[in-house]
Amino acid sequence: MTSGIISSIRRKQIAQLIASGKRVDGRGPTDYRPIQIETGIIEKAEGSARVRLGKTEVLVGVKIGLGAPFSDRPNDGVLTVNAEFVPLASPEFEAGPPKEEAVELARVVDRGIRESKAIDLEALCIVPGKKVFVVFVDVYILNHDGNLIDASALSALGALVSAKVFKYELKEGEVEMKPGFTELPLKNLPVAVTFADIGGRLVVDPWIDEEKVMDSRLTMSFGKEGKICAIQKGGTGTLTPQQIVEAANMAREKAEELRKFVEKS
Amino acid sequence: MPKKPKLVNKKGIRTDGRKLDEIRPLKLEVGVVHNADGSAYIEQGKNKILAALYGPREVHPRHLALPDRGILRCRYHMAPFSVDERKSPAPSRREVEISKVIREALEPAIFLERFPRTSIDLFIEVLQADGGTRCASITVASLALADAGIPMKDLVVACAAGKADEHLVLDLNDIEDKEGKADVPVAYLPNFDAVALLQMDGQLTIDEFKETIDLALNGCRQIYAVQKESLKAKYLAAKEETEEVEEE
Repeated sequence: MTSGIISSIRRKQIAQLIASGKRVDGRGPTDYRPIQIETGIIEKAEGSARVRLGKTEVLVGVKIGLGAPFSDRPNDGVLTVNAEFVPLASPEFEAGPPKEEAVELARVVDRGIRESKAIDLEALCIVPGKKVFVVFVDVYILNHDGNLIDASALSALGALVSAKVFKYELKEGEVEMKPGFTELPLKNLPVAVTFADIGGRLVVDPWIDEEKVMDSRLTMSFGKEGKICAIQKGGTGTLTPQQIVEAANMAREKAEELRKFVEKS
Repeated sequence: MPKKPKLVNKKGIRTDGRKLDEIRPLKLEVGVVHNADGSAYIEQGKNKILAALYGPREVHPRHLALPDRGILRCRYHMAPFSVDERKSPAPSRREVEISKVIREALEPAIFLERFPRTSIDLFIEVLQADGGTRCASITVASLALADAGIPMKDLVVACAAGKADEHLVLDLNDIEDKEGKADVPVAYLPNFDAVALLQMDGQLTIDEFKETIDLALNGCRQIYAVQKESLKAKYLAAKEETEEVEEE
């Protein structure tokens, strides 16, 4: 996401402002852009949500189907997260199979959900070792204006909260659908908080111009009890151990703020 | 469901006999692939990993070349026989992500601006995996870079720390990685006190996280010492060889 060209005068302006504790769009170092979240917007999906984070827009659809469990987890339902950088979302996106950045985005979102044990996967087991529910979380980027990770994680969470699982009956080992739905069993609400390191200063929720200038990126996901459940550093810069601790403390606070948007939706 | 194995016993000893803050036996060798411009091999516990690089060389395809600096390309790949159940040789999403984070961990150490319009192509093959392969890969890859004579600010060294049962442990092995409660891989440039890779999965409180980072950095410093020795060893061996020839 750091690719793309930015003029050196703009680069300097962004870095100088951040050095003095300000940002080009008027935010403070720890301010998020305005956040909007809508859920249940795709009727054919079992769960869905659209998040607008400033001008960044991400749509997540959750489809739930039947499948076989992994052989090393016979009693667990299956979670898969995929991300598509659809070419309409940015002049820098191209059609084709997911590139490195899309793979990373999907895996970071996946890690937040999986490691916080957000979905009660055991409750999604139908016949151990044979039949389980499979939860597909598909992240669709609709407009890229920076910080896709936080927008995608929040959107994925919104979609999971709104998701419904069909009721079923077991008849001679075969699953038969019954009318009606139950809620997807959730145990935690993980949210991701991302920082950009620009000239040694951390700013939260980098927008696209800041991403083009940043030295490195640091994402931390937090579960409900204030525990860290996933971290991903990106970019070709380095961070000091002090910066990492500073980021962890800040991210925990910000995570609480973000989670409220999902709880309200 | 089989019962979860106990990872640390009452005396604070781990499944492979190590103490909580002990790294696995480490073997490093520099200059092992004849054709490559630089190469190195690492054994860390049961991990066996080979890294080799070609370059700086002309970039293919050409449009990827940058006018003001070289590019680093990195492929982390696991051999099909490196794990318990055969792994398909096609690159998985995990390997794509790890290739990216390894590249991003090594790049800050390399003076790429010295090699405009070229590429350095780094290939990492995991021959046997035993947990912590991304860290061992970074440690061995930076030796391969040094072996090729690529100018660097520092050697990049990596080590993971994490939580097994209720204990914070250093340099997780395969079972601690899979059955443990958290895994935090860290790559480090010791001379600059700079962290070049940081990831985490599992669950930790902020206090535990801080301690885990310190533990991992400690592991990095221990491995760093071995890393430097192995680099020197190659040149010492070469020196002895020439001396023998001269004596004859």
